[in-house]
Amino acid sequence: MARITMREAVSQALWEEMERDPKVFILGEEVGVWGGTYAVTKGFYDHFGAERVRDTPIAEAAIIGAAIGAAMVGLRPVAELMTINFAFSAMDHIVNQAAKLRSMFGGQFAVPLVIRAVGGGGRQLGATHSQTPDAVFAHFPGLKVVAPGTPEDAKGLLKAAIRSDDPVLFVEHATLYQLRGDVPEADYTTPIGKSKVQREGRDVTIVTYSKMLELSLKAANLLSQDGIEVEIVDLRSLRPLDMAPVLESLKKTNRAVIVEEGWKSYGVGSEVMARIYEEAFDYVDAPIRRVAQMEVPLPYNRTLEQMALPQIEDIVKAVKEVL
Amino acid sequence: MDKQESLELYRQMVLIRRVEEEAAQLYQQGKIGGFLHLYIGQEAVSTGLVAARLPQDRVITAYRDHGVAINVGIPARQVLAELLGKATGISKGKGGSMHMADVNRNFWGGHAIVGAHLPIAAGLALGDQYQKSNGVTICMFGDGATNIGYFHEALNLSKVWNLPVLWVCENNLYGMGTTVERASAVSEIRQKAEGYCMPNERVDGMDVLVVRQAALDALAYIRDAGGPFLLEIVTYRYRGHSMGDPERYRKAEEVQKYQENDPIGIYRRYIIRDGIASDSELDGVDSAVEDDILDAIQFAESSPEPAPEELFSDIYADETAY
Repeated sequence: MARITMREAVSQALWEEMERDPKVFILGEEVGVWGGTYAVTKGFYDHFGAERVRDTPIAEAAIIGAAIGAAMVGLRPVAELMTINFAFSAMDHIVNQAAKLRSMFGGQFAVPLVIRAVGGGGRQLGATHSQTPDAVFAHFPGLKVVAPGTPEDAKGLLKAAIRSDDPVLFVEHATLYQLRGDVPEADYTTPIGKSKVQREGRDVTIVTYSKMLELSLKAANLLSQDGIEVEIVDLRSLRPLDMAPVLESLKKTNRAVIVEEGWKSYGVGSEVMARIYEEAFDYVDAPIRRVAQMEVPLPYNRTLEQMALPQIEDIVKAVKEVL
Repeated sequence: MDKQESLELYRQMVLIRRVEEEAAQLYQQGKIGGFLHLYIGQEAVSTGLVAARLPQDRVITAYRDHGVAINVGIPARQVLAELLGKATGISKGKGGSMHMADVNRNFWGGHAIVGAHLPIAAGLALGDQYQKSNGVTICMFGDGATNIGYFHEALNLSKVWNLPVLWVCENNLYGMGTTVERASAVSEIRQKAEGYCMPNERVDGMDVLVVRQAALDALAYIRDAGGPFLLEIVTYRYRGHSMGDPERYRKAEEVQKYQENDPIGIYRRYIIRDGIASDSELDGVDSAVEDDILDAIQFAESSPEPAPEELFSDIYADETAY
């Protein structure tokens, strides 16, 4: 095992896949000469060259559209959206084209495309640059949506995404890039569509993913001091959504809190809670709580922004409420 | 072109016309659902373009796609079966009128969101450039698509990256019911290519030989120079935008004027004038097309509906993802 940051994990996955398969290439804004606005592709341009590390105009529909076309003819593009907020400028190509081209033409087209998009709030970037709209994309059949919360999963899931013959939206959280974790030295992939128990416990099940995994683990440590042991299930993929570990955990704890960074309404928590009630109603001993972002556009002011985002103490409070 | 090729262009145009006429009938009988956009009047455009391509050249178009489907060689049977939503349709009945494609014939669809296939076409061409193929992507779209952002993003990208794309604007003078003059800041669409320093030409789309020659020249330029070219082809659709068009935006006399300048009629006169074939030979082509049409309708009507399990197939390559 090697102890590396999330940024290094993503970067290594890209590098190793590009070394492995000449059909893999990167395109996006400032991915080349600049080295990536989050420095994920630093050094790539010099090593792989301008053909495989392609700087694009600031034109998201062209970036995703061109990536789709290249994928349709057999390449394996990894398109980077500087932030997931810019995905809205390419919304048609993501949800109307990439997600539908296979089925709409009776299976004639494959779209082995990865869209890397950086999301999340907490950096005082204002309302348009701080969103966590993962659930919006997970709504659409035909897409896969992946959002890792650890370096190990980031590297394994990104490799799996690049090798997948389906379009994958790979969401990275901007404030997780410095997070460190152990990563296997040998080549590995992490299966898309498999949730994972990241912490075992007997009292309450926390269902979460991405940045909120980090906060949930910290909350779990605080709760442990009070003798409360939570089990944390990390969804890792929002579509396909693997409910089996969630339900299995719930059958043990009979209580659940769902933690997500996005807005509560029509969110990941709404879906997970609905599935729990549909599939394991008899095992639920207390109303399920959701911890999520306040229903406001995120303000610039740091205090107000943090008020709107889920905090560790919110998770602690919610867990105590369901006990 | 030799005689056989000349007659093949004629056959394709007649076949498109007849497929579309029958489609209109089937629509009125309630056998075709959804939207139906007919290509009648525009046959010379796709026929001339596809005739100019090499096998490695890809074609991608918008939702008015039945013409290209016929030109690339999809049998009329599979076109009509798709319109009827049958399992034997070219897209297994899942795409319908606006979503026909045939990868084996290098036809990349049939795309229903105006302008959205232009960035995708840039990507197809990027694939060829990346893999060092000398194929060109022929991307067709209507005049209405040139006012949307996708058009401009795609043209710019194709020029910046020198992608082998032939951009083809089929200017049929109306975007649905809005004239080009009411929707576009410039009345000649080719002018928009000037903004991207892209060579361009505007030609008559009612003459299949003019279209074919313009496409041959443009394709040669792209293969030689390695960058994109925009060809504006001025044409006219005789029928409404779709079957539900009340056509309040134009007068019957205008349609009639263009019908007197019919692409099939023009080409038929050329063939006879130049002694390529006689009237009776052309009548023979017409009646062979008629046989083809009768067979295609019979095939489409008697084909099975898609099996219920088809609802869940073809959504992901990874079937465990569903």
